[in-house]
Amino acid sequence: MKPFSYARPGDVAEAVREVAAEPNAVFLAGGTNLVDHLKLGVATPDLVVDVRTLTSQEVTDLPDGGLRLGAASTNSEVAADRRVRERYPVLAQALLAGATGQLRNAATTGGNPLQRTRCVYFQDVTTPCNKREPGSGCSAVGGYTRYHAVLGVDAALPDPDAPGTCIATHPSDMAVALAALDAQVQVLGPSGARTLPFTDLHRLPGDDPATDTTLGHGELITAIDLPPLPAGTRSAYRKVRDRASYAFALVSVAAVVTDDGVRLALGGVAHTPWRATRAEELLRGRALTDDVVRAAMDAELAAAQPQPGIDGGNGFKIPLVHRTVVATLRQLTTEAQA
Amino acid sequence: MDAEISLRVDGESHRLTVDTRTTLLDALRERLGNTSPKKGCDHGQCGACTVLLDGRRSLICLALAVAHDGAEITTADGLAPAGELHPVQQAFLEQDAFQCGYCTPGQVCSAVGVLDEVDRGWPSHVTEDLTGDVELSHDEVAERMSGNLCRCAAYVNIVPAVQQAGGAR
Ligand SMILES: Cc1cc2nc3c(=O)[nH]c(=O)nc-3n(C[C@H](O)[C@H](O)[C@H](O)COP(=O)(O)OP(=O)(O)OC[C@H]3O[C@@H](n4cnc5c(N)ncnc54)[C@H](O)[C@@H]3O)c2cc1C
Ligand code: SF4
Ligand code: FES
Ligand code: FES
Repeated sequence: MKPFSYARPGDVAEAVREVAAEPNAVFLAGGTNLVDHLKLGVATPDLVVDVRTLTSQEVTDLPDGGLRLGAASTNSEVAADRRVRERYPVLAQALLAGATGQLRNAATTGGNPLQRTRCVYFQDVTTPCNKREPGSGCSAVGGYTRYHAVLGVDAALPDPDAPGTCIATHPSDMAVALAALDAQVQVLGPSGARTLPFTDLHRLPGDDPATDTTLGHGELITAIDLPPLPAGTRSAYRKVRDRASYAFALVSVAAVVTDDGVRLALGGVAHTPWRATRAEELLRGRALTDDVVRAAMDAELAAAQPQPGIDGGNGFKIPLVHRTVVATLRQLTTEAQA
Repeated sequence: MDAEISLRVDGESHRLTVDTRTTLLDALRERLGNTSPKKGCDHGQCGACTVLLDGRRSLICLALAVAHDGAEITTADGLAPAGELHPVQQAFLEQDAFQCGYCTPGQVCSAVGVLDEVDRGWPSHVTEDLTGDVELSHDEVAERMSGNLCRCAAYVNIVPAVQQAGGAR
């Protein structure tokens, strides 16, 4: 591991100033992703600024009836919070489907959505990877693609040598639920505080795969807000994986059903938690019968690009995520009628 | 780069100077001679390094020592007074819940954490009703202990051991 300086400033404002002033500085929260990357040589900061004890660990009620998750609240505390379990089951289920009890006790609200891809080549410093080493190429194209993207990708076999190529997925379960919930991210940066919709936090690779999010250098997540949901809202998270427990998603679905319509986010299929806006449009005002949902998902997935791979590729994700959405919405509508 | 920290491990206070890169796991094993937490993968994947960190089961291979200055740590070695066994350790013996024993200190600490989480009413991925009571069923134990891998595959006896310890409370 490369040597680095460690700082635990007095408050968040100072933490932001310290990171902003040092181009090669990073924030540290639970460390379950960052410390792994320090060991692997994937992250090589000169300065690590610890914010775990500076941001709030609390889940608090907001005046509008929503909830504020402090950035240092742990994944396990949030999943166990009564208000989250009762009002935002999709979030509790997503958190409980992620990692393990030990990891959730350390992982935080701020760190979880900012965890980096689990692409095996990204984590292996001996292989080319545009995300880790801009311009070096993408080893995943035609390689191991089982955990890679099918949406937000231009072609079935993008040019592995192009500097913009990256077919990685975002691995967080929590983030998929937060996207479906229309959560808001509270950010403190060198030029002050701002709020951004959670769905604007992550970005597609574009011509800069090294940048996962729209946060600027030195911008700190201080909290994530859950908006209030109308009475009668139903929500659920469904994760499909290679093992019954303790595995990242092959695909996952977060669904929030209100009287007005459905909010749908997909995990394991894209570089971002994927908000299925086309399907949402087609479902608005419609009874959620299997046929209607199928047609909406056909439209959502029309542009999907299955990636061939030495492991058999990931084309299976397209019917899999399609069926997972149908099953999740069927479960929510049956429960509502029961 | 060095930093001075203090740790309380199994009831004893220590002051030590560590390189900022040192994990809690290496600090315990290499510096304080406490080899109860094991190094399996060193990447947060196997659970062998599980201890109770400030009361919660946690992996210490992904925890920087410098970030946990002042922490209170209980390893499997410190769960019970010298010469005595914690109910979870007793249950592991009675149920024959280990073979080589390498994963066992982590399993035991994880199980202690699981029983505490169940007492608090924390649901798991397999809990049918998120807001209802939690029972220590086979599926609940298996799900909650899934972060502790056992290369000898003693799982069939680990689950009953955790259930026994849970029932004995
Ligand atoms: C074996 C294993 C299995 C896992 N399985 C799953 C799984 O199934 N599903 C899943 O969703 N996750 C899984 N995870 C990932 C885990 O959930 C993340 O590592 C964790 O949520 C990251 O949170 P943290 O607080 O530890 O972040 P850290 O590791 O401390 O930080 C992660 C990143 O976020 C930045 N950061 C942290 N806090 C802030 C902040 N407040 N503001 C701005 N930047 C910040 C850091 O600089 C760093 O880049 C797994 C991890 C491991 C090791
Ligand atoms: S998919 Fe992205 S993260 Fe993986 S090797 Fe290609 S550029 Fe790197
Ligand atoms: S050594 Fe910590 S999880 Fe494997
Ligand atoms: S008893 Fe050998 S690894 Fe578990």
